[in-house]
Amino acid sequence: MGALQSAPGQPEYTDLAEKTGFSFEQIAVLHKRFKQLSHNEETLRRDHFEKIPDLACNPIRAQIIGAFFDKRNYRQNGEGSVEEIGFEEFLVVMSHFRPPSMHFTEEQREGIRREKLRFLFNMHDTDNDGTITLEEYRHVVEELLSRSGALGKETAKSIADAAMLEVASISMGHMEPDEFYEGITFEHFLKLLDGFEIESKMNIRFLNMDTATMFKSKPMDGNEFSSAYIKFSIPSIQQVSPKVNAPFRE
Amino acid sequence: GAPLRLPLRTGSGPVLLLLLLLLVSVGSAIHDAVSGTNGTNVDPHHQSNSSGTKKPFPVLSFNYDHVRMPFEISLWILLALLMKLGFHIIPRVSHVVPESCLLIVVGLLVGGFIKAIGEEAPILDSKLFFLYLLPPIILDAGYFLPIRAFTENMGTILVFAVVGTLWNSFFIGGMMYGVCQIESAQLGAVDLLSCLHFGCIISAVDPVAVLAVFEEIHIHELLYILVFGESLLNDAVTVVLYHLFEEFSHAGTVTVGDAFLGVICFFVVSLGGIMVGAIYGLLGAFTSRFTSHTRVIEPLFVFLYSYMAYLSAEVFHLSGIMSLIACGVMMRPYVEANISHKSYTTIKYFLKMWSSVSETLIFIFLGVSTVAGPHAWNWTFVIFTVIICLVSRVLGVIGLTYVINKFRIVKLTKKDQFIVAYGGLRGAIAFSLGFLLTNSQVKHMFLTAIITVIFFTVFVQGMTIRPLVELLAVKRKKESKRSINEEIHTQFLDHLLTGIEGICGHYGHHHWKDKLNRFNKTYVKRWLIAGDRSTEPQLISFYNKLEMKQAIMLVESGSGAKLPTTVSAISMQNVQPKEAPRQRVIPTISKSREQEIRKILRANLQNTRQRLRSYSRHDLMIDPFEDNMSEIRFRRQKVEMQRRMSHYLTVPANRQETPPVRKVCFEPEHQVYNYDAIAIESPRGRDSRPTPSSPNDVSLLNESPQKPNQSSTTRAAGDVELRVKTEDEQEEQDQLKLSRCLSDPGPNQEGEGGSSFRS
Repeated sequence: MGALQSAPGQPEYTDLAEKTGFSFEQIAVLHKRFKQLSHNEETLRRDHFEKIPDLACNPIRAQIIGAFFDKRNYRQNGEGSVEEIGFEEFLVVMSHFRPPSMHFTEEQREGIRREKLRFLFNMHDTDNDGTITLEEYRHVVEELLSRSGALGKETAKSIADAAMLEVASISMGHMEPDEFYEGITFEHFLKLLDGFEIESKMNIRFLNMDTATMFKSKPMDGNEFSSAYIKFSIPSIQQVSPKVNAPFRE
Repeated sequence: GAPLRLPLRTGSGPVLLLLLLLLVSVGSAIHDAVSGTNGTNVDPHHQSNSSGTKKPFPVLSFNYDHVRMPFEISLWILLALLMKLGFHIIPRVSHVVPESCLLIVVGLLVGGFIKAIGEEAPILDSKLFFLYLLPPIILDAGYFLPIRAFTENMGTILVFAVVGTLWNSFFIGGMMYGVCQIESAQLGAVDLLSCLHFGCIISAVDPVAVLAVFEEIHIHELLYILVFGESLLNDAVTVVLYHLFEEFSHAGTVTVGDAFLGVICFFVVSLGGIMVGAIYGLLGAFTSRFTSHTRVIEPLFVFLYSYMAYLSAEVFHLSGIMSLIACGVMMRPYVEANISHKSYTTIKYFLKMWSSVSETLIFIFLGVSTVAGPHAWNWTFVIFTVIICLVSRVLGVIGLTYVINKFRIVKLTKKDQFIVAYGGLRGAIAFSLGFLLTNSQVKHMFLTAIITVIFFTVFVQGMTIRPLVELLAVKRKKESKRSINEEIHTQFLDHLLTGIEGICGHYGHHHWKDKLNRFNKTYVKRWLIAGDRSTEPQLISFYNKLEMKQAIMLVESGSGAKLPTTVSAISMQNVQPKEAPRQRVIPTISKSREQEIRKILRANLQNTRQRLRSYSRHDLMIDPFEDNMSEIRFRRQKVEMQRRMSHYLTVPANRQETPPVRKVCFEPEHQVYNYDAIAIESPRGRDSRPTPSSPNDVSLLNESPQKPNQSSTTRAAGDVELRVKTEDEQEEQDQLKLSRCLSDPGPNQEGEGGSSFRS
């Protein structure tokens, strides 16, 4: 929360580590990245994200950026959006992409699943009303197909409609002709993606990141790539022998 | 299958067996007769010419030599297929014993029989095996390889394939050498090199056996792809080691330089094989771009290019299997975008057919060769081989998993490891490689040991893996079909993870995958896919394919059974947001009108069904890997009625009508209510509006696009005054139009409609 010192020591990290489940090394690395993105300011704003070149050709860029500024993703049961975020919020959003540890019980895995699906749900539900309406879903599909030009528009509608009908069929069973299906609630969303195994899919390998070499504002050339790759592929010692006990160490 | 039930079930297996033995003996007898009377066919003719005595014109003559080769080949294939047929008619046996075991047993019986009548039994010739029997199976597997799972686990698979096989070879070879040193076994003649050679032959997991067994147990895709992928990719290692040891055994000595060359050879063999395959694959894809006018030969291109890839790789002693896989994988996305649906079906069926025949023949021949071949049984050697193979496999898997799990996000559990270790089956490849060894006493002993290991793995492990899978409650394959929602979210997740990686500044997995996709889209697809399809995004192709499948299912299940009945539909109207608040019509009228509409629709549906049956039967084939007939029938009815209901009972004026067709994704459960005489859809069907521009769509019912017509004056039963919404009018318009389209007068439509409207 608030301003972090330029060289945070362990006590700061302990707090964050407990909250998000990252290890100290991972937090340090992400902090470096945060500072690079924000040009050493204390907070990140949307335009900082928009300057990232790798995101430029991503069709759902706006939604990804929006997710960082969405208070619902901060695990504090907030709502609405903010204009700037600090490192803690950045970290909390990133923690949605941690893989579940092998030692988790079935319940914990279920909890992780819900959390990740909640993140996705928030990304779709842009007006914060707790349901994904047909319009919002159409928007999602349109964004996905946004790179295909005019061909995408009509088809996007059909696809979104088909998908919506499927959700309705799965969740509601049958409905009278004059009933109206309001939208996908979170419970329906859970049911829909039941077999999707999102806890195995929605993960980033945070382990071997070394942003000092990896981050480039232009594409890497051969030397950097090879040195970064070697650093990347050697199993790092980060995952062994924790200095301080963190509850969810990978 | 129910439709295939023959009158006698329990007695038919042995009957078939006898029939086949009869056929085989006939073949052999003929062979005997020919060799006995070979000369006499020609002689009478000459004699008649030279002696001048007039012989009667031979009305019926006998010339077996002429057709001997194809005759015998066909006889064997027929035998194999009849056996396969037989097994499925005896359901109890096929549940317990995997097919491969039964086929080997049959082979043993046939071999025994042939030997008993004094004939020489054919042996599984290595050339026959590697050139003719193996490629169809590998192509079938490679063409339909689940790419996503494969590439996601590529690292793991490679580690198992390369490191695992190396470990197995050296461990087995070394241990067997140690065993041979035991005085009592009298195996002193076997030197280290031979043992290592033997080790490398026996260590490779066999794709044919794995496929045969794993296909029946339906485990989780991850495990399947791990074991199967390993069996495919270890071919390179096997090839290199085999030739390496062969060279060494001729040369006599091994130097460090040779070992180093061996490592280089491995890279050349594997990468070279992949490259050869990729080149042929791209050629095939490019060729398919131009086949739009000669659709009939499209499947042939796929088969021939793949086979050429295999043969070309074999010319240079590269890994033929990897080449074949690479060819299939490379070719598939582009070819499927270019070829017609019928060609796709043809390719799928021919591949399945050939691979099925090949597999059956391989197992039968294994059995026959076991009986035929010279054996040198040595208790110590054989027993130790079996034990050491098992031990080495288990140790290898455990050790490698320990290392691999450090790099995996989704770790492999103990159960997974057990299945991977237990699924390491050996098969015909090991036998054929052993057969290629130079002849010696040692060779016979090796062959015997190899056969024993194969039998052990196929029989013991093959039979017990199914109960073990159930006992351990290993995760099974997902039964549900891929739905449009999952596809949307898969793509969404891909982009999301790529974006997050970009934000972290971390060039990982997803980043490179995304780059590859973009490269593919911008450059490669443009060259290899004809026409518009080259710019079609994946989501849209997926959607079209799904719709096509549903359309075909709809047509295919066209034989009329009694239509089940259900209650109301979930249709577009339930989901579509309304612009203005609806005015509720009086429920009674609404329901009764619905009844009328449903009656009419049913009548039309029956007519349509008849029409459909006459038009489309010869074009498309039922996919036997889809569900059985009754479910198809039910779905078809669901689909049809749902489509009609939603078509008529929905939606605001601005909806665009286009040639209607399809449903997307069904759930197997359904609820049937006896509400009406007419079938509507069941809870889980759903409607989809078709895409306007999909060239491959099958337009089943050529209904003309119907414009919603707001005017109430054109209603047929015009004498009723109703408080109706625009939708009701549209219903009637549509149903009238439909009846006109189908040239069906619509029995008593107006009369019924009129009378009920009045109520």
